[in-house]
Amino acid sequence: MTLNPNLRRFFSEFAENKVALVAAIIVLAIVLLALLAPLVAPQDPYDLASLTLRDARRPPGYVGTQGYTHLLGTDAQGRDLLSAILYGLRISLQMGLVAGAIAFALGATIGTTAAYLGGRVEAVLMRVVDLQLSFPAILLAFVLAALLGQGRWPLTAALVAAQYAYFARTAHGAAVAERQKDYVEAALSTPLPGRTVVLRHILPNCMAPLLVVGTVQVASAISLEATLSFLGVGLPPTEPSLGMLISNGFQYMLSGRYWISIYPGVALIVLIIAINLVGDQIRDQLNPRLRR
Amino acid sequence: MSAPLLEVRDLVTHFFTRAGVVKAVDGISFTLNPGEVMGLVGESGSGKSITGFSLLGLVDAPGRIVAGSVKLNGQELVGLPQAELRRIRGKTMSMVFQDPAMTLNPVLTVRRQMRLALAAHERMSDAAATARCVDVLSRVGIPDAARRLDSYPHEFSGGMRQRVALAIALLHRPAVIVADEPTTALDVSIQAQILAEMKDLVRDSGTALIWISHDLATVSSLAGKMAVMYAGRMVETGPTGTVLSAPRHHYTRGLLDSLPSQAEPGQDLRQIPGSTPSLLGLPPGCPFASRCPAGTATCAQVSPEITWEGGRGFRCHHPLVEALA
Repeated sequence: MTLNPNLRRFFSEFAENKVALVAAIIVLAIVLLALLAPLVAPQDPYDLASLTLRDARRPPGYVGTQGYTHLLGTDAQGRDLLSAILYGLRISLQMGLVAGAIAFALGATIGTTAAYLGGRVEAVLMRVVDLQLSFPAILLAFVLAALLGQGRWPLTAALVAAQYAYFARTAHGAAVAERQKDYVEAALSTPLPGRTVVLRHILPNCMAPLLVVGTVQVASAISLEATLSFLGVGLPPTEPSLGMLISNGFQYMLSGRYWISIYPGVALIVLIIAINLVGDQIRDQLNPRLRR
Repeated sequence: MSAPLLEVRDLVTHFFTRAGVVKAVDGISFTLNPGEVMGLVGESGSGKSITGFSLLGLVDAPGRIVAGSVKLNGQELVGLPQAELRRIRGKTMSMVFQDPAMTLNPVLTVRRQMRLALAAHERMSDAAATARCVDVLSRVGIPDAARRLDSYPHEFSGGMRQRVALAIALLHRPAVIVADEPTTALDVSIQAQILAEMKDLVRDSGTALIWISHDLATVSSLAGKMAVMYAGRMVETGPTGTVLSAPRHHYTRGLLDSLPSQAEPGQDLRQIPGSTPSLLGLPPGCPFASRCPAGTATCAQVSPEITWEGGRGFRCHHPLVEALA
């Protein structure tokens, strides 16, 4: 199938920004590594039986009892850090994308519905959103994660609850502007159902800002998840995410075993910065005022 | 004589604002037969656009049609519930607006927008829909219509975009099209092309057209009859040729005199002294009295009724008699 010319133009314009291009390649590489973690990683960090305490807290380059080199060292349980990071990225990305996608759908629905219906429904929905935006997302996510307990789905719910408001606000702003346009009024003056008008006329016009918020929010969901795991209310210790790896290594920082915390931290930072750079470039390209 | 396609009687639309009642449309009457083109002329704020909106029941709060009747094929539209009006809008009577940049959705291809407009009134297969779209697009003068269907509005020029808007209005083969200054945003040569195409369209399809404009030139080249509006009232109406060549109302005369072509090179353009009165609390008499060269005490006190002479009517106590030199 040949690429749509608009998409092709989008990609070639994207490639003109070398920084964004490198960032996009990094994101893709990380996604690929995370997807292929079981094949790439020297060790399955979730298989507790394969861990030996004799290999615990070894520095990078140490050749372990299992006969391979721990390129990034090992953690306090004798886990190979490289493997743990790859599996951790897997969890982080999964959490970020799933939570981001659900928050996107929920927020876009609330925002456009509020803008379309107007009146009291709009006032109530958007005041709830405003209320939520008025205090830090981390606070709400922390409380919810603590209340709902550990596990992927409770954590996803906490992340969605903390983030949907950004999407709702963005969608609402764009949809309100769209609602007053002649073509929306015209569509509404015919027997076309309101649902169709919202989905086919209003929503496509809100996609550009929503996509930009989307990329930034995926990055922030990942860092939020890491923060919650670091604080101990995230995922269970048997499935260490990046945040938990950092947290585990934290107590060894002062004893010189920097690698347990630093390498997962570097992986997290690289991922988040790369996603943000890609998001920035998408925003620049979708903003007609910044277009050349 | 059979009943006309569209019959408007004493249409009155008021806006109930905080500052008072704005009489935007104050007693408009006309009839329209299939294939007929009527020009509705007036300055900004004379109520010509609101008249167009009123016909389709599109007057938004705080505005309301307070009196009169609009009959389309014998069916009374005033007072009809919105659900019924929705079935008429875009199907039997459609509207084209001034700015095609506002009437086309920038993120949808022409095909998808037209498909939505079709789906509003009719269920049809994609193939039939495409055929219909290509047909109307070619009729409004868009070359290579089948290929252009998948273009976005920004890929069209202003004139082409207005043609697309017009094509969407034509999709359901409406009996009446209300065109609200559709060529005002376009340059003169494009205007001329579109006018020529409109003429053909009306002749071929039998669609009646209400052409709302402040531009006397477009009206004279297109419309068989015309109405001149001032302060919400129809001050003069009749066949376009006679109204323009021998106006009976001083306001029509003033409009004609202020055309740039009426001035000698180097001379200042003639203008009508004063400005349109506020529609809030109009004086009891003729709204034009204070600006009228023939205004008298009677004019300021008594609002003139419409006088019919042959096929034309005018509202003036002291109508002009001489033919325009």
